[in-house]
Amino acid sequence: MNKELMMGNDAIARGLLEAGCQVAAAYPGTPSTEILQSVINRKDQAVNPLHIEWSVNEKIAFEVALAASYTGKRSVAVMKQVGLNVAADPFMRTAYLGVKGGMLTVVADDPGPHSSQNEQDTRLFCLQGRVPVLDPSSPAEAKAMIGPAYQLSEKYEMNIVLRPTTRVCHSRQSVALAEPVKLDRIAAFVPDTGRWCATPAFLPGLHRSLNAKLEQIAQEPHWQPRLLVGDESRPRVALVASGIAHANLVDLLEELGLSGTIDLYQVLMPYPLNPQFVEHLQQDYDRLLVVEETYPVIELQLAHPGACGKQTGAVPREGELTPDVLYQALAAFLGLDTPPTMAAPGRGQRPSLCPGCPHRAAFYSIKKTFPDGIFPSDIGCYTLGMNLDAVHTVHCMGACISQGAGFHQAYKQDGGRVPTVVVTIGDSTFFHAGVPALINAVLQDARIIVVILDNATAAMTGGQPVPHMGSTADGRKTKIIAIEPLVKAAGVDFIESCDPYQHDRFENLLKKADAHTRSEDGGVAVLISRHGCLMDPQVRKMQEAPAVIITEDCIGCGQCVEDFECPALSMDEENGIARVDPDRCHGCGTCIPVCPAQAIVRKEEL
Amino acid sequence: MKQQIVVSGIGGQGVLFLTRVIAQVAVDRGIPVLTSESHGMAQRGGTVLSTLKVGNFAAPLIRTGQADVALLLFEANLAVHRALVKDDGELLINSDREGEGDRIDGSGIARKMGNAVLSNLVLLGRAVSKNALFCTEEECIAAIGKLAPAKFIEQNLQAFRIGVQSLQQ
Repeated sequence: MNKELMMGNDAIARGLLEAGCQVAAAYPGTPSTEILQSVINRKDQAVNPLHIEWSVNEKIAFEVALAASYTGKRSVAVMKQVGLNVAADPFMRTAYLGVKGGMLTVVADDPGPHSSQNEQDTRLFCLQGRVPVLDPSSPAEAKAMIGPAYQLSEKYEMNIVLRPTTRVCHSRQSVALAEPVKLDRIAAFVPDTGRWCATPAFLPGLHRSLNAKLEQIAQEPHWQPRLLVGDESRPRVALVASGIAHANLVDLLEELGLSGTIDLYQVLMPYPLNPQFVEHLQQDYDRLLVVEETYPVIELQLAHPGACGKQTGAVPREGELTPDVLYQALAAFLGLDTPPTMAAPGRGQRPSLCPGCPHRAAFYSIKKTFPDGIFPSDIGCYTLGMNLDAVHTVHCMGACISQGAGFHQAYKQDGGRVPTVVVTIGDSTFFHAGVPALINAVLQDARIIVVILDNATAAMTGGQPVPHMGSTADGRKTKIIAIEPLVKAAGVDFIESCDPYQHDRFENLLKKADAHTRSEDGGVAVLISRHGCLMDPQVRKMQEAPAVIITEDCIGCGQCVEDFECPALSMDEENGIARVDPDRCHGCGTCIPVCPAQAIVRKEEL
Repeated sequence: MKQQIVVSGIGGQGVLFLTRVIAQVAVDRGIPVLTSESHGMAQRGGTVLSTLKVGNFAAPLIRTGQADVALLLFEANLAVHRALVKDDGELLINSDREGEGDRIDGSGIARKMGNAVLSNLVLLGRAVSKNALFCTEEECIAAIGKLAPAKFIEQNLQAFRIGVQSLQQ
């Protein structure tokens, strides 16, 4: 069989194409992003017509995929775990109303977390929403689950969730390819008001049928827990695991020479759990070790008096279940010699905005202009503005504008001088959830400055297209949704744009914006900070990059390193002055005004 | 054959590419391989870690003290990732300073070639020449040819060969 080395997300993408998925919608977010990216890269392998979109947010992605399923076609919505919060509204109702063509929601969780604002568990979300959820333990297994998951979805007319975690998404493995199936489906939506428009009168019936379906799904043979049977040397003791925690456990047992000595169950579908499985564990085992990420979803459903896990504290309740963490838990459970507790390793180098990043220049000017300002910010690379002390809050997509408004209202009612509130929000985040918040801020007369950091891309996740660039997911031209008219239509009277590389002009505009927010007939001020992302080779090519050097005038004050925090600048330990790393400097020159001794200069100017 | 490998660096140093080259060699030879990589926020210049497990394994993460080899592109990561490597494991470090492990100034060599990111393949070449990895020189050349963008293949191979020959000089 043909095999390819694939990242988990790529394997999922290929699985979607092999299963005949025809509408794929997503909003980027680590660790899920590469799934839709791979669908785009592999679109020529699709044997059915295929619509791919980077939707404006996850709720929209879900609803687009949902309606496509109503026509009888197979669809998918892809997002990260916190994206499901955004899509929660349609997601919860879909459980009751169901789908027609197979629909999967791929939600990538991030135990750790590595690149997220929390480590919530989508499996628990599914338990609450009454939606079946699958928990793959490897890229190959994730791909293998997709075809059968679509069959399950169509058999019961239910949305099914596939929940990979970071270590599945961003793992590579040799994965077998299969021929994509040709489905020849024609869109055929059949109106059914009692279902697709279900008013409260219809909902008890739909709820009843949902519960009946879940009971049947729990019995589906393909999705039953798998048992690796032990040699009875440890009778009436078993290990129960799911997802990557199961894979880690398999390797750990092998390394310790314990493979095949103890019953090991892999739960493929943590919800709904087969009640007979629960009963079997209760009757045939005295003690269980349950390992799963990140919340005790299986453990709670087992309600086993001898279960050790997150509920009992035998397994840590937070963080990733790395092999080291599992070793501690397993050793305690089986009474093995306790492994030495490792001193937690340092975190290493913290991430920073890239050398030449326009956000850094904007943050520096904001902090300089308003040293006592309040700076709510948002989700993206620019979260790293916290390193420059120009980001004070980071919450969830779009929250900065509403939080900025909330700060203003709370300060205003005390009388006296209200601090300047400068909100920073990326272009992609602004479209995702910033627009309603901006309308609200204008409506409630919140006097804040909104700086839209427009770098023409969704940078943090690797450069997905944004609505004002006029390009679709698969690179076709589409209508440009420009930011300025949108801001104007939201009722904002002060709209300016400026390249943050132009420190002086940018700072002048910030002062004007502040005056606008404080004038009697003023209001919300919007300043668009506009400069392309330096990760884009085109941007780097287009901008001049004369070398920047440090002259003898450097007094070693360290201000450039501390306050500007460019990775290309550091202090030379030996002679105590600043130095520029030629491997990392792009020659943007935005650090030049930062030096109080004018010791940073362009080489050509010497 | 089983080998557990750590590749460590900071975002932008080509840790992912180096990881893929080694994994591709395993695939080409028909040995199972699992990798785990850092994506997202950490890629913005922060510490990144890849792990590779070659042979019969179920999961990609490496437990403390289990790695046979470590390739470190950023010397300061030694303090963070040394514990993953066996006491007698092979350490290959991109550094122009003296210290633990086998060291080569990959960045210096790569800078002379005009692209500092090539230090990743210099270090790979060095590791291969020391027989620290399961891969042979020919296998790595084939994998680089498969994975590098066409216009960079020659430069990549040149960096790799410099690493391979560095011990003889």
